[in-house]
Amino acid sequence: MPPVIATPHHYLISIHRCCMFFVAVCMTEVPPLFVIEFLHRVVDTFEDYFSECTESIIKEHYVVVYELLDEMLDNGFPLATESNILKELIKPPNILRTIANTVTGKSNVSATLPSGQLSNVPWRRTGVKYTNNEAYFDVVEEVDAIIDKAGSTVFAEIQGYIDCCIKLSGMPDLTLSFMNPRLFDDVSFHPCVRFKRWESERFLSFIPPDGNFRLMSYHIGSQNIVAIPIYVRHNISFREAGGGRLDITVGPKQTIGRTVESVIIEIPMPKAVLNCSLISNQGKYSFDPVSKVLIWDVGRIDTAKLPSLRGTINLQSGAPAVESNPAINVQFIISQLAVSGLKVNRLDMYGEKYKPFKGVKYITKAGRFQIRM
Amino acid sequence: MTDSKYFTTTKKGEIFELKSELNNDKKEKKREAVKKVIASMTVGKDVSALFPDVVNCMQTDNLELKKLVYLYLMNYAKSQPDMAIMAVNTFVKDCEDPNPLIRALAVRTMGCIRVDKITEYLCEPLRKCLKDEDPYVRKTAAVCVAKLYDINAQLVEDQGFLDQLKDLLSDSNPMVVANAVAALSEINEASTSGSPLVEMNSQTINKLLTALNECTEWGQIFILDSLANYSPKDDREAQSICERITPRLAHANAAVVLSAVKVLMKLMEMLPADSDFVTTLTKKLAPPLVTLLSSEPEVQYVALRNINLIVQKRPDILKHEMKVFFVKYNDPIYVKLEKLDIMIRLASQANIAQVLSELKEYATEVDVDFVRKAVRAIGRCAIKVEQSAERCVSTLLDLIQTKVNYVVQEAIVVIKDIFRKYPNKYESIISTLCENLDTLDEPEARASMIWIIGEYAERIDNADELLESFLEGFHDENTQVQLQLLTAIVKLFLKRPTDTQELVQQVLSLATQDSDNPDLRDRGFIYWRLLSTDPAAAKEVVLAEKPLISEETDLLEPTLLDELICHISSLASVYHKPPNAFVEGRGAGVRKMLPARAGSQETVLETATGVSDQPAVIPAQDSLIGDLLSMDISAPTVPVPAATSVFSPPPVDLLGGGLDSLLGGDVAASGAGGAAPVSQSTTGLLGDIFGFSATPTSYSPPKSNWLPAEKGKGLDVWGTFSRRSGQIQMDFTFTNKAMQAMAGFAIQLNKNSFGLTPNSALQVMTPLLPSMSHECSLPLATTGAIQRMEPLNNLQVAIKNNIDVFYFACQVPMNVFFTEDGQMDKRVFLATWKDIPAQNEVQYTLANIQCSADAVVQKMQQNNVFTIAKRNVEGQDMLYQSLKLTNGIWVLNELKIQPGNPNITLSLKSRALDVAPGVFQSYDAILHV
Repeated sequence: MPPVIATPHHYLISIHRCCMFFVAVCMTEVPPLFVIEFLHRVVDTFEDYFSECTESIIKEHYVVVYELLDEMLDNGFPLATESNILKELIKPPNILRTIANTVTGKSNVSATLPSGQLSNVPWRRTGVKYTNNEAYFDVVEEVDAIIDKAGSTVFAEIQGYIDCCIKLSGMPDLTLSFMNPRLFDDVSFHPCVRFKRWESERFLSFIPPDGNFRLMSYHIGSQNIVAIPIYVRHNISFREAGGGRLDITVGPKQTIGRTVESVIIEIPMPKAVLNCSLISNQGKYSFDPVSKVLIWDVGRIDTAKLPSLRGTINLQSGAPAVESNPAINVQFIISQLAVSGLKVNRLDMYGEKYKPFKGVKYITKAGRFQIRM
Repeated sequence: MTDSKYFTTTKKGEIFELKSELNNDKKEKKREAVKKVIASMTVGKDVSALFPDVVNCMQTDNLELKKLVYLYLMNYAKSQPDMAIMAVNTFVKDCEDPNPLIRALAVRTMGCIRVDKITEYLCEPLRKCLKDEDPYVRKTAAVCVAKLYDINAQLVEDQGFLDQLKDLLSDSNPMVVANAVAALSEINEASTSGSPLVEMNSQTINKLLTALNECTEWGQIFILDSLANYSPKDDREAQSICERITPRLAHANAAVVLSAVKVLMKLMEMLPADSDFVTTLTKKLAPPLVTLLSSEPEVQYVALRNINLIVQKRPDILKHEMKVFFVKYNDPIYVKLEKLDIMIRLASQANIAQVLSELKEYATEVDVDFVRKAVRAIGRCAIKVEQSAERCVSTLLDLIQTKVNYVVQEAIVVIKDIFRKYPNKYESIISTLCENLDTLDEPEARASMIWIIGEYAERIDNADELLESFLEGFHDENTQVQLQLLTAIVKLFLKRPTDTQELVQQVLSLATQDSDNPDLRDRGFIYWRLLSTDPAAAKEVVLAEKPLISEETDLLEPTLLDELICHISSLASVYHKPPNAFVEGRGAGVRKMLPARAGSQETVLETATGVSDQPAVIPAQDSLIGDLLSMDISAPTVPVPAATSVFSPPPVDLLGGGLDSLLGGDVAASGAGGAAPVSQSTTGLLGDIFGFSATPTSYSPPKSNWLPAEKGKGLDVWGTFSRRSGQIQMDFTFTNKAMQAMAGFAIQLNKNSFGLTPNSALQVMTPLLPSMSHECSLPLATTGAIQRMEPLNNLQVAIKNNIDVFYFACQVPMNVFFTEDGQMDKRVFLATWKDIPAQNEVQYTLANIQCSADAVVQKMQQNNVFTIAKRNVEGQDMLYQSLKLTNGIWVLNELKIQPGNPNITLSLKSRALDVAPGVFQSYDAILHV
């Protein structure tokens, strides 16, 4: 179902998240991306407030949901969508506060206007105080790739982002610089980043929001050569007597000595497949006969003994020849490595006197990583 | 502990219970009760009976309770307008509250209560709030103006709120500016006048650009969207706006990015296309668009629809980014289909190999819709990139070998298009196609296969058997297939008449007698008549060379594309329709147009991709026949006996056999008397339509010696007049019979009856050397001075050269004055004929004419004499013809033709009878050619 549907009088714009559809009903010409982005922001906020977002949780917290929507939207105009500000207006529910509110008769709705709402830094509340001042940066890179049957790369790119957890007192002004900032094909920044300085000096200068947020996301495109950290040798056939055969081996490739972890192989099998009887030398596999998805949870790849999975596939007898080749979906995580080679050079803080604790972590993950069989 | 418990109270007497709880003195109880009421409201229960009790809870200092009560009010005020008044006092009081949060909340809620009486009380508080010291209140109030406008537009205008709103555009706080912009653009949209309420000038634009950097992401979208409606005064301003907007492309919010793209796409039109700035900007646009494709699928979808427009407008932006449009197997189907579309648009010789191998991969996927589109895409690649055609065809053949039913069918449909585009190149694969004949069950595939068989009937040995096999279930076929089958068999017959006569008779009778479908029947009749009257013509018509199909048939029309470019990021860009086509209640609506490039007069901008309006419909005759059918053909006439059935192979007894009797039977059955007057003779009509007159050879008398050499001091002039494509020409042959070279030719015409005058200077090759001759033509106009000459068509000419000036007179044949628009409507003809008095009729005899009536029609038609009607009275053919002279005189003629008699009687009627002798001379001359 496409996300934008026209009905005789209304336009329904929907997103699908957390197994729920969130639908906005519009009556006039609006930018659909505006609505879609807003809906995602609403769900983000719910997740932020209730730590997860399910149908029952929304019902459980419907008053907060109403209050939140009320703060986020006025007559179709977004009001406050920054989690910092919302949290000042409406306190997130937790058991302690609920009990306290019941006893004292207080509510979780603040009666004062959030200070940051209209300042030049609307994303940051004032008067932040921490005893331990910390700033953590996670550089996460997801490899999106399509690998063809022969193992050569059809298409590969990196979606990267820098997520921060910043707990610093006062109004810190940070600069973050990279060893190799020319790597990026495209960047998009949190509104706190001063774009001018990035353009002229190629570093990030910003007053951070308080808490967790995404500082920037970047894109390293198909023009560059992207290292593929994993390979899958596969052999599948459906035409042999007594069913088909499957043989898969996974191994590391271009990982600069790091270990590939949390490897999961997922293969949606053709409809004619009834069951699989396979043997793996590592990890567990499962086949769901209803959805026809074979999942092999490999775990860590030990280079001394490569994980493999082989055996037979039982096909429905008399079924027509299998028409389509399945594809392999691969998930993996490599810690301490940014596959693009991106490196943070240094972080400096101005505007405050204390010495913060700083940390940078690199992770490479599979994004939409597909291997055609 | 959680709120979900409120949903579970469904006892009887619930309302009553809630009522007492709402009136409880304890605040805590009250709040619980209000929560329960809201919960009931959420699940759709009617709790409007509690209105007074809930409103009573409004006066509280607990903000949460207040908010809940406001929520309730917004929901029920409309159904209880009288009660809602009770709340007004509290609202007005809250608007004075020291806490800005409460002031804003009150003005916000009041705007959402759509009750007239409340609206009256809203004006004063709103006016105050628009000038509030707190920006939070001001920005809320700005939105409230838009709400109020929706309820009562007149009130907003009368109370001067619009001006206050405009003042807010210069507010010191960027958030207030953004909301004011948002409110103003919403009011603009809703306004019925269609003219913008606020004229943007460079000053306001500057303010907006400043606010753009500082306001929230949503505010940025509003500002960017209003910037898109502004037309800068020159390219310098456009460039400076572009420079200030470009940083928005790096925003994390996809909507901001796309709105920025819109403004840039629009303003780029104003900048010189080859400037460095545009080149850099083009480069900058690609990465953000690519990044949008790595977001959530919903964002991808909207982005792809917009990219589709951008790629059509400026293919350069994404030409190197083909790979990002490659499909992943777990993309949602709506994303897959859009990606495929863009892949084809970006396909070029440089990347075709990659694209093809991808498409081949997709053709083996599970999703049937997607697979079909992928196969079709391979065909489109073949048509678009000529160099790839061969690879595409072999890929398609590979796919046919898979024997997957829908793949085979889809492949056959596109192969037919490839045959159309590259005739006589890939026919060797026909045998492979024929192997799959039995598996085709979809109409389009069957029709395509039949078309292929018919088109290449001469190369398929068993074409007749194949087509015959289709014929068995003729009546169960889809119309599309029936029409193709009919045409294919007629083609087959024309190509191999010896052994297929029976087949063609069978299909013609199936189509004309046993079918209810008028299209099929009429096409059947037309073929039938063509075959029986003039098989040679039939061959020319049915086997005519087809126009090549164009490569890009699904491109948007350029003006629509330009309009949609102005609507990038909006719903219109997703639907690919202009907003007024689907947005309800949109006023007259100003259509947005791309600005014109500075310094150029054109408003329509050249698109890089050529657009052809040639239809991609398979057989050209489809449309042709369509046209034909919509014309006035009353009833089938008696077949004109074709005396000479021209076929090079052994003479076929086409008419003597069953066909003739079939026809005869048909006429009897349909009861259409052949005597009814037909608008035009069949052949004339067909000839007309099928372009037999494409090279009209209008009559031009042979050249006569206008100026003999002895009178022209050695200059010998021969000449005549002709009419070529609507232009009267004077054709000369100049010969120099003197001993010296001639130069300096010029011509002058004396005043004459029809105002003939040279349309350009006389172009004679000079010098004209002795004993050389030169031919040239002089276009003439009829706009010169008029003077009646005797005879009417006399023309006096003066020609000058370096030797002397020479005078001579010549006669202009009347037929060059017959204009192309001389066809009179049948009824007008009849009325005029009656109207013109009898004394204005003259009769002539055209002696010794060796033409049939039809030949007369055709010959005269080539000279702009149009046959209005043809009638057969007592064995004589009566033709009624009209013609019009350049000076607007109409002449109506009646011709009486007796078979076997070489003399034709011409009766001529006109209001200006002076032209009659000339017209007669023309007739006489034309028919004697």
